[in-house]
Amino acid sequence: MNVEKILLENSASPSRREFLKTSGMLVVGFSAAAVAGPFAAQAGAQAARGLYPDPDFRQLDSWIVIHQDNTATFFVGKTDCGQGTGTAFRQMMSDELDVPFKDTTCVMGTTDVTVDQGGSGGSDAIQVDGWPMRRVAAEARRVLLDMASERFGVPVAGLAVGDAVITVKADPSKRVTYGELIGGKRFNVALTGANIDATTGVAKVKPVQQLTMVGQSPQRYDIPPKVNGTAKWAADVKLPGMVHARNVKPPLAGAKLVSIDESSVRSLPGFVKVASKGNYVAVVCEREEQAIAAAKQLKCNWQKPATAPFPASADLFTYMRGATPKSSQTPNTLGNVDTALAGAAKIVEAEYEIPFQGHTAISPAHALADPSNGQMTIYSNDMKSYGMRNGVATFLGIPREQVRVIWMEGPQGYGRTAADDAGFEAAYIAKELGRPVRMQWTRAEEQGWDTKGPAFTFKIRGALDAQGNMTALDYAARSCDYNHLGYNEPDTVLIAQLMGQRRAMPANGSSAFPNDMYAIPNRRTLLEVVGLPLIWETPIRTGNLRDPNGPQSTFAAESFIDEMAAAAKADPIEFRMRMLTGSNADDNGFRRARSIAVLKAAAEKFGWQPRPAPNTARRNGDILTGRGIAYTYRNQTVVAEIAEVDVNRKTGRVWVKRLVCAHDCGLIINPEGLRRTIEGGMLHSISRALYEEVAFDTEKVLSVDWASHPSLTHMDTPAQIDIVMVNGDPNPNRPDLPHYGAGETSCKPMIAAVANAIFDATGVRLRRVPFRKERVLAALNAANV
Amino acid sequence: MANITLRVNGRAHTVNVEPSTPLLYILRNDLGLQGPRFGCGLGQCGACTVIINGTAVRSCVTPTSSVRGEITTLEGLAQDGQLHPLQQAWIEEQVPQCGFCQNGQIMTAKALLDKTPHPTDEQIREGMSRTLCRCMTYYRIQAAIKRVAGGNV
Repeated sequence: MNVEKILLENSASPSRREFLKTSGMLVVGFSAAAVAGPFAAQAGAQAARGLYPDPDFRQLDSWIVIHQDNTATFFVGKTDCGQGTGTAFRQMMSDELDVPFKDTTCVMGTTDVTVDQGGSGGSDAIQVDGWPMRRVAAEARRVLLDMASERFGVPVAGLAVGDAVITVKADPSKRVTYGELIGGKRFNVALTGANIDATTGVAKVKPVQQLTMVGQSPQRYDIPPKVNGTAKWAADVKLPGMVHARNVKPPLAGAKLVSIDESSVRSLPGFVKVASKGNYVAVVCEREEQAIAAAKQLKCNWQKPATAPFPASADLFTYMRGATPKSSQTPNTLGNVDTALAGAAKIVEAEYEIPFQGHTAISPAHALADPSNGQMTIYSNDMKSYGMRNGVATFLGIPREQVRVIWMEGPQGYGRTAADDAGFEAAYIAKELGRPVRMQWTRAEEQGWDTKGPAFTFKIRGALDAQGNMTALDYAARSCDYNHLGYNEPDTVLIAQLMGQRRAMPANGSSAFPNDMYAIPNRRTLLEVVGLPLIWETPIRTGNLRDPNGPQSTFAAESFIDEMAAAAKADPIEFRMRMLTGSNADDNGFRRARSIAVLKAAAEKFGWQPRPAPNTARRNGDILTGRGIAYTYRNQTVVAEIAEVDVNRKTGRVWVKRLVCAHDCGLIINPEGLRRTIEGGMLHSISRALYEEVAFDTEKVLSVDWASHPSLTHMDTPAQIDIVMVNGDPNPNRPDLPHYGAGETSCKPMIAAVANAIFDATGVRLRRVPFRKERVLAALNAANV
Repeated sequence: MANITLRVNGRAHTVNVEPSTPLLYILRNDLGLQGPRFGCGLGQCGACTVIINGTAVRSCVTPTSSVRGEITTLEGLAQDGQLHPLQQAWIEEQVPQCGFCQNGQIMTAKALLDKTPHPTDEQIREGMSRTLCRCMTYYRIQAAIKRVAGGNV
């Protein structure tokens, strides 16, 4: 299969066919050694080591290609988890370049043709990576204007540009298209910048007022293929001679492989190989169903570990409270909490718990690795394709220039998922076998062995003075975390660990502090991290899951603020607003002013009538209705969310029937795309609030399918979702109005909003996630509700 | 191994496979129809859904030898180059995020609307309830179904 064709088919646009016909991908195939400029020597040395050297980010040609038909392709080092960032990149870059949006395409995240912008992570695609994209597009426009100036003998000031056509202002009959100026040829223009994020040319980006595509909502180019069946995901690539692999995981965590009885599968149809080293085992067959059968049938002798690898999930929080922390920090300490507590009119204390929650993507992990030409090509949906490329090279002991990862779309992966593992596994077997290998995990493997978001316990105390003002916050958070998947170190993946390649210690993991925008004069913050006994080869391994610690810490902190408001007999929004407006201090992103604006906007959209919680007035038979608010920020993006719930007193079922979100992420690139990103983020957190928990005994994960690990369904969909896009910047339309990240912020406050709404509806405070109906019902019964 | 003839999207295909092989692998790997997708292999999530004789069926747990009648996959919904109204509504509503489950969502919605052209909100929820989306696009899926049911596509 032609790689370039795949890349372009996945960058579909209305002009795709013409583009494919005319461009011939002139640039994708260019050799770095042929690139002129100060870095040519380095690129030449790289090229000698393998076919896939890094594109030189200091060359304009690495970012933008203008084709003869006057269209453009943008090459960016980001990946998309399904939020349509490629469409947003095209909007930003077509604006700067002055090429019609419809005449652009975007190629993303493929290690040898797009510069290493890190793939996706941290919701930084628009906030951080958008800037070099805008600057290089502005630079390409400048270069094209210079070329036209030379051609017509007219100064640049005498030229006009629009829709990829440059005209002489004084004589509009004199015109030239971008395609005529440079179509199919290289710019050969060097860029500068200490690193990729800082990449720039000479040209400045346009002021916000001159952006025309930015702020519009063109439809996402990736959606039509996804609904008509023509989209090709990483899961779909087929290569000649390809074989199918399935892992055979240890049946118990930490078990050692004693022996394999290969004769148990050797006579099966299509059997190719058992691949094994250390505790890693996989079977390879010619056909997929054969590999599935062989993996089930392979007899392995495993030795149970001498000590239990972890406590059962039912005992997790007890274990966490009793464990010795491996790290302890006290950031954000202010005033004197003990004095404030001693002098308090009222003290509130609460503990909160949130278990391990999985990524549990809709498709289990998969990858295809092709060892042709003595190189290694991996087709993967891993959001950090560059990290995988570097890690696989180290793991296999080959130069990184011999490895490329072709990023293609995949099942939702909001963070560091097992897609990483599958790529390493496919590459290992492919190298051993010398044939293309497709690795596919099973559902049980995905639920069991995928990375988890860390579990947390919290212990919080707060003080109120006689006027009901919050005078102290004593916050202690304890996570259970190693951040196993880390940042693409090769020994973080399961296959390396199972083969015995380990560092002395994994990454430390992290805890998380509450938002510090509330003016609380006395604060103490204790952040601790504990670990489970089994560190390596473990199914209970952690990895960044959609705002890695934010939903957990915000659940605790914003639940607690609500408890304080109730203790003060204050309206929950009024109580928060008092603390937000209790300080005039603001930063240069106006985070405080913008926080106040989203809280106001959410209250207004909901029609919030001030009163203390709980609500005792609104009961309709067995259905108790309540509302809950939570507010937070992530970097400079601020969000306030209100959930309205129905709680069934007889069954314990919670239905979040209405949602309001007021959201301010600065300059918005694609409002409709953003709206759907926010909807998905909020609903994902509702799923975490109501259903999701990784269950395990002391040997293995027990929640291994969708029955044992329930997820939000169509039955739970809110009847109404209102999203208010706020721009609370006191200086709107300023030329440098920044675009902040929006991928993860909306996930963050929702668990707390749901907990607060359940309290409002029932008067019962739930402090243990998830709020499954059995747990809700037990709490209601205990409180005689 | 046995020769099995399948009628898919109006065409007959004969494949030589182990008869108990789930239909999903034959569609994806032998017939190149990759609209249906592997999500669980357990019939729980719906990503593999195809329509057989008007009923939404989970192809990952359907033995190929058990199939009788015409199979329709996502690729077969468009007629004469025209997208099915549901597909059009999915684009208008900009439903998919990652998109991996959307085959199942669209095929299940088609079977639902074929039987119940004007479902209530509750019938939509119940009819779709076993088809999972981990990007949680449910709100938009239901909006797209209502567009079609209300004749707004």
